[in-house]
Amino acid sequence: MCTVCGCGQATQEGPANSHRHKPHAHHHHHDGHGHDHHHDHRHGDGTDTFDFGSGPAGAHVPGMSQARIVQVEQDILGENDRLAGRNRSYFAERNVLALNLVSSPGSGKTTLLVRSIESLAERFPVAVIEGDQQTSFDADRIRATGVPAVQINTGKGCHLDARMVGDAAHRLDPQEGSVLFIENVGNLVCPAAFDLGEARRVVMLSVTEGDDKPLKYPDMFHAADLMMITKTDLLPYVSFDIEKCVEFARRINPEIEVMRVSATSGEGLETWFEWIGRRRSAVVPSQSSASEARA
Amino acid sequence: MHELALCESVLSILQGQAKTQQFDRVKTVWLQVGALSCAAPEALDFCFRAVTAGTLADGARLEVIRTPGQAWCMRCGETVMLGERYDPCPQCGTFEVQVTGGDEMRIKELEVE
Repeated sequence: MCTVCGCGQATQEGPANSHRHKPHAHHHHHDGHGHDHHHDHRHGDGTDTFDFGSGPAGAHVPGMSQARIVQVEQDILGENDRLAGRNRSYFAERNVLALNLVSSPGSGKTTLLVRSIESLAERFPVAVIEGDQQTSFDADRIRATGVPAVQINTGKGCHLDARMVGDAAHRLDPQEGSVLFIENVGNLVCPAAFDLGEARRVVMLSVTEGDDKPLKYPDMFHAADLMMITKTDLLPYVSFDIEKCVEFARRINPEIEVMRVSATSGEGLETWFEWIGRRRSAVVPSQSSASEARA
Repeated sequence: MHELALCESVLSILQGQAKTQQFDRVKTVWLQVGALSCAAPEALDFCFRAVTAGTLADGARLEVIRTPGQAWCMRCGETVMLGERYDPCPQCGTFEVQVTGGDEMRIKELEVE
């Protein structure tokens, strides 16, 4: 097991509709940094200014022979972002509200989702994309509620990416005006970087975790629109300080909305449903906005 | 382990560039990775080796250029440096800061043959 990232061997496996990464036979680790880095190019010293101005050959690698320098200037996540844009168009064409649900494992995402679907499916069409490393347990739980669900198994992958979600969405073929829940792999680190084409990103944090998680995993809380504090029925038994947690989250992301819910006691569920309803009205132009205009 | 996926994206970009810019081998890759981006340079380094083994970039050197985090402080009305996303403005100590730079992950240049 990887001591840096916690992942297993770097082999990607999954069904045809999921990951198409090439398999890796091995996984290198460095024992500290004993190896040599050559710094022929102009680094800034420390954290000051970096000048990439003129670039090409000679400047970066003095004395090179046949080698040459080529300019690339491409975002590493450019392809993912392009596919996410395509997903976004697909959702927009069908007036689908896509929500990307992220959290650490065990925060209660699936339980809250099942509880939400039971109420929401009476109001509008709902569909679900489930992401897990292995098993279709979660999709099975969702399908038991009667709504369509597609399971993505990422194999050893630690997050969903835009291509997987695009494939899954086409297979799911969500009904016009649906709310599409995308339950990401339980992981507060990796999914932060990958835009899936969602309209909103919702991060869930249960009170059995720590109230300092927003500071420990800032990328995720920075990228989220809404923080749901879950399992609030357990608050009497744990030392979770909600105010402190919200203050930490807003240090990272001053705009983040906050909600407290419990799938067990029902606290906050109606607020959550209303939040979804409002977001859905924004993407479904038909009856809702027409009736609001008349009101 | 999203660095693995990031390195797969890097490899895919290299393969695309090999066609358009006509080269066969990559000797060095300069990656610009902001201090506030979600990639750890050490993890990128070993993932890069794993991902590029047996490819046009087998044995290539990965040079990570760290850029500092920058933010606009609404209280001070100016750009300030941030070490981490959760840091306050180094001048006024408030958290009324919005990240404006240093969260990028870009391939800048390649040394190729």
